[in-house]
Amino acid sequence: MSELLRLEAVSKSFSGNRVLDEVSFSLFRGSVLALAGENGAGKSTLMKVITGLYTCEAGQVLYRGDIVSFDNPRHAMDAGIAIIHQELNLLPNLSVTENIFLGRELRNGFGLLRSAEMIAATETLLAKLKQTIDPKALVGSLSLAQQQMVEIAKALSFEAEVIIMDEPTDALSDVETRVLFEVVANLKLQGKGLIFISHRLEEIFELCDQVAILRDGKMVHVGPTREINEQELIRHMVGRELSDRYPYAAVPKGDLRLQAEGLCAPGISDISFDAHAGEVIGFSGLIGAGRTELAHALYGVAELFAGRIMVEGAERRLTSPQDGVAAGIAYVSEDRKGEGLIQIHSLKSNMTLGTVRKFCSALGLLDLAKESRAVEQFVDAFAIKASGHDMPVQQMSGGNQQKVSLAKSLMAEPRILILDEPTRGVDVGAKREIYAQIQSLKEKGLCILLMSSDLPEVLGISDRVLVLSRGRLTASFTREEASQEKIMQAAIA
Amino acid sequence: MSFKKVLIDNKSLIALLLLMGAVSLYSPNFLTVDNLLNVLRQTSINAIIALGITYVILTAGIDLSVGSVLALSGAVCASLLAADTPLIVAFMATLFVGGMLGAANGVVISFFGVQPFIATLVGMTMLRGATLVFTDGRPISTGDFEVAEAFYQLGGGYVAGIPVPILLAAAVFGVGWLVLNRTAFGRYVYAIGGNEQVTLIAGINVRRVKIVVYMLSGAMAALAGMILTARLESAQPTAGLGYELDAIAAVVLGGTSLMGGRGTLIGTLIGALIIGVLNNALNLMDVSSYYQQIAKGGVILLAVVVDSRVKSR
Ligand SMILES: Nc1ncnc2c1ncn2[C@@H]1O[C@H](COP(=O)(O)OP(=O)(O)OP(=O)(O)O)[C@@H](O)[C@H]1O
Ligand SMILES: [Mg+2]
Repeated sequence: MSELLRLEAVSKSFSGNRVLDEVSFSLFRGSVLALAGENGAGKSTLMKVITGLYTCEAGQVLYRGDIVSFDNPRHAMDAGIAIIHQELNLLPNLSVTENIFLGRELRNGFGLLRSAEMIAATETLLAKLKQTIDPKALVGSLSLAQQQMVEIAKALSFEAEVIIMDEPTDALSDVETRVLFEVVANLKLQGKGLIFISHRLEEIFELCDQVAILRDGKMVHVGPTREINEQELIRHMVGRELSDRYPYAAVPKGDLRLQAEGLCAPGISDISFDAHAGEVIGFSGLIGAGRTELAHALYGVAELFAGRIMVEGAERRLTSPQDGVAAGIAYVSEDRKGEGLIQIHSLKSNMTLGTVRKFCSALGLLDLAKESRAVEQFVDAFAIKASGHDMPVQQMSGGNQQKVSLAKSLMAEPRILILDEPTRGVDVGAKREIYAQIQSLKEKGLCILLMSSDLPEVLGISDRVLVLSRGRLTASFTREEASQEKIMQAAIA
Repeated sequence: MSFKKVLIDNKSLIALLLLMGAVSLYSPNFLTVDNLLNVLRQTSINAIIALGITYVILTAGIDLSVGSVLALSGAVCASLLAADTPLIVAFMATLFVGGMLGAANGVVISFFGVQPFIATLVGMTMLRGATLVFTDGRPISTGDFEVAEAFYQLGGGYVAGIPVPILLAAAVFGVGWLVLNRTAFGRYVYAIGGNEQVTLIAGINVRRVKIVVYMLSGAMAALAGMILTARLESAQPTAGLGYELDAIAAVVLGGTSLMGGRGTLIGTLIGALIIGVLNNALNLMDVSSYYQQIAKGGVILLAVVVDSRVKSR
């Protein structure tokens, strides 16, 4: 096995704060290296150092034996290092093809674009990933998971030697993940080196040959995956044992909270179900099955063509998120960047965006101390890692952003909580905290709808599982009945 | 490290102080109380307009119509006074007119989805036309009633030795700062500019906030229009021509991002002062008004270029 990439004692700080501390590891041809670690451990930062988005203050990066220091990701790409960033980097108002060929468009002798050729190439790329996305569709019109697949296709199109995937599966369901894994296996055979970051531990054990674990910016373990088990991996990551990954206890079902009757809206048709207080209903399904669309309809983002929504026995016409909020519904979007958080604003103003009025006096003046206390509570409860309440969200690690997003919706003390991929990009320890939160909210009588592509999660914490396929409800299981196989079967129905 | 950050965070203020230092070296008359009060008085009109525009730009919008709103509301005010309307009524009615004209912009933008640039450009043209129609192209005198005398104080009066326009601007900035930094509405203004979709999903009435913001901008233009009218004791049909550019320049010099979501009112105040000092300096140096425009444009360009250099580090 020959070495493709080697890092030697790489260090990096942000305004005096050491994020990477003498990190070293090697990546070999024909192998997949897992990079594991808690939220904020420095995984994404390390990858950005490799691809030249950040420069390291100490240490060096060797690529095929030579010391390299790329000025920007473009140069890294030209040298053969491609990266799929954790936060998607596609331009929503360009088509899939335009995004994939951005900056390296094919042109004919007159300088005109060879569109047909590029579209055909895009189709081929997408076909490799078993996707039937229209190459001419605007990226903004695609679901998050589809966008992720486009991002993957784009990275593959460079035919790079080293491919870095920063949480590529966090928005994907099992079927798409399977496809990605096949592609990765193929790349391995071709002798490429891959770095794979994921908070889904099962995936690390299934896909990766080596595992490297970062904790607080230090490399605490590097070794073959087969020599380590899940418990040990978690211990290295979080520095302690973690029992019982999915805390769950049934609570007596309360009153009928939500009734959906024959809901038809963009992307969903004829969906009916009931949800009670003190209940977690998991919604499972593939990419494009209509989970997010259902969430949008229930929250008032998308208007119904037909059907009705009853909240606590009274019919509600939800025509905007304001109506959703007024009906006691809160929604955590799967799309942090587009719908969840204002990237340039602080943790604090994001967390209280929908609820600032609560912190205003009778005169309408904000009580900053009161707001600060409420924010502090959530920062503590979710162990959010940030330099302070004024830290811009865009400087926080992905998982910590997700926690802010969740806290923001809980600030409103909703009666019905819709969670769309609530643990996207969240580390094992924090996931467990979120599940524990969900459990305690359930005990407090909240009605929780959990849209998730993480099957173990759906099975782990739901009281009931509903399966969607192509916009329709295809199955409903109680907790006891539900199993991975049954859900998958209903999902591809 | 942190010293550098302090420098960068206060670069508008530093620029203002450097400019004042340079001017005072050149012209000993600059740093006299009289001249400084004069600068402040001349700056207050632009500062008041710029306050409204700061709100608009924070929502990632723009308002080009303020100059025309200023002219039309000034004319309305003058004709009300000429008809011996009680001062407070004329004052409130004029603010109301300005606010409604601004709100109309807001409605066009948030309900018909017209780009703010286009909507307010159209507003600027139409309202200038409306002013010319209303005034018949001639100045309107505030008249000879006692009320006109009282009204004059708004632009030309003094309280405790300080010109009234300065006091008005100070009051408006005080309240404006409070609203922007200490109310839910202020948070929404920033949020809309930061990411409109996120704000909408959070259940906030984005349309209403936007309409109020443009309404505020219109009302500020009307206030500025009254100060100008009071001082001249008449409303000019061509009043306020090009004022939108000075106001936008003040906002940008003050470090507010044209992309929205980032900026401060203090910055805008400093930006307006930079422009005020510059105008004053060019006058003290006897630069002809033709060259003044070129010089002013050059300085603004320089400031913005330096600013983007510092930021991209
Ligand atoms: N541009 C930045 N400015 C300041 N701090 C930053 C910046 N980027 C990252 N950080 C900080 O560096 C630390 C590491 O962040 P990084 O994104 O690498 O974490 P991560 O391991 O990828 O976490 P996650 O699993 O949540 O994605 C975090 O504490 C984060 O707040
Ligand atoms: Mg990361």
